Amino acid sequence: MDIKNYVTLEFPAVPENVEFARVTIACFASQIHSFTLEEIDDIKLVVSEAISNTVLHSYDDDKGIIRLSATRNDNILTVTVQDFGKGIADINQAKTPAFTTDPQRMGMGFTIMEALADELHIFSAPGEGVKVTMKKLAHGAGKDSDGREV
Amino acid sequence: MKVKTRIVGNVLVVNVLGELDLNTAPNFRSAIEKELGPNPDITDILLIMKDITFMDSSGLGVILGSHKRLNAYGGEIIIAAPSPQVRKVFELSGLIRVISVYGTEDEAWAKVVGV
Repeated sequence: MDIKNYVTLEFPAVPENVEFARVTIACFASQIHSFTLEEIDDIKLVVSEAISNTVLHSYDDDKGIIRLSATRNDNILTVTVQDFGKGIADINQAKTPAFTTDPQRMGMGFTIMEALADELHIFSAPGEGVKVTMKKLAHGAGKDSDGREV
Repeated sequence: MKVKTRIVGNVLVVNVLGELDLNTAPNFRSAIEKELGPNPDITDILLIMKDITFMDSSGLGVILGSHKRLNAYGGEIIIAAPSPQVRKVFELSGLIRVISVYGTEDEAWAKVVGV
């Protein structure tokens, strides 16, 4: 499969970068002109949740790194958020709605991500970090990836 | 993100402007606690969300926490005028079944004053 465009970024896992990450990916996603504004909002939300999870849970200090990458292929956007921190021992438990290790939070991050992404895959093991990959298809009716009527 | 607060009777009116996420949620929480702490007569919060351009589950956590705190004494948090993106977050999380969400400020005020 030919990849038409891609971007890869690395930055510290700090709260200030949550907005940076979602706005950057939204900007990249807008190259697929058949994405609706609602779908771009969905992408921003999924990225925000994924980056927030990493900032909150992956590292014990603010020196950890997040690798964020995105590829565009026709009407499909693939976004990967990867860290190199503590990892998740039980992915199914982490995905359970309302499961959280922080009483100040709702534990709905993965639930929201799964609801909005067309595909969501989580890879992790203790001590090996977390890799979350999501795919979003542009459902703009009757348009190709450049927004032309087809 | 900016938070404006004012007290009307027993209601804390909170108007939030900007984006509500992991980075800004602590300031949002602090702004609410700063008013609730010295004002034990506050029973409800009216949260006007028309100027929130983005919210994720970090914002929800603050809203649910405030709601639980008020609900313990019979009060609640009332949401007014969320954007479609914000409303979707309420729906996806299931919080819309727990918290009163109104499409306009007028509808929310009607709930607050009981008309």
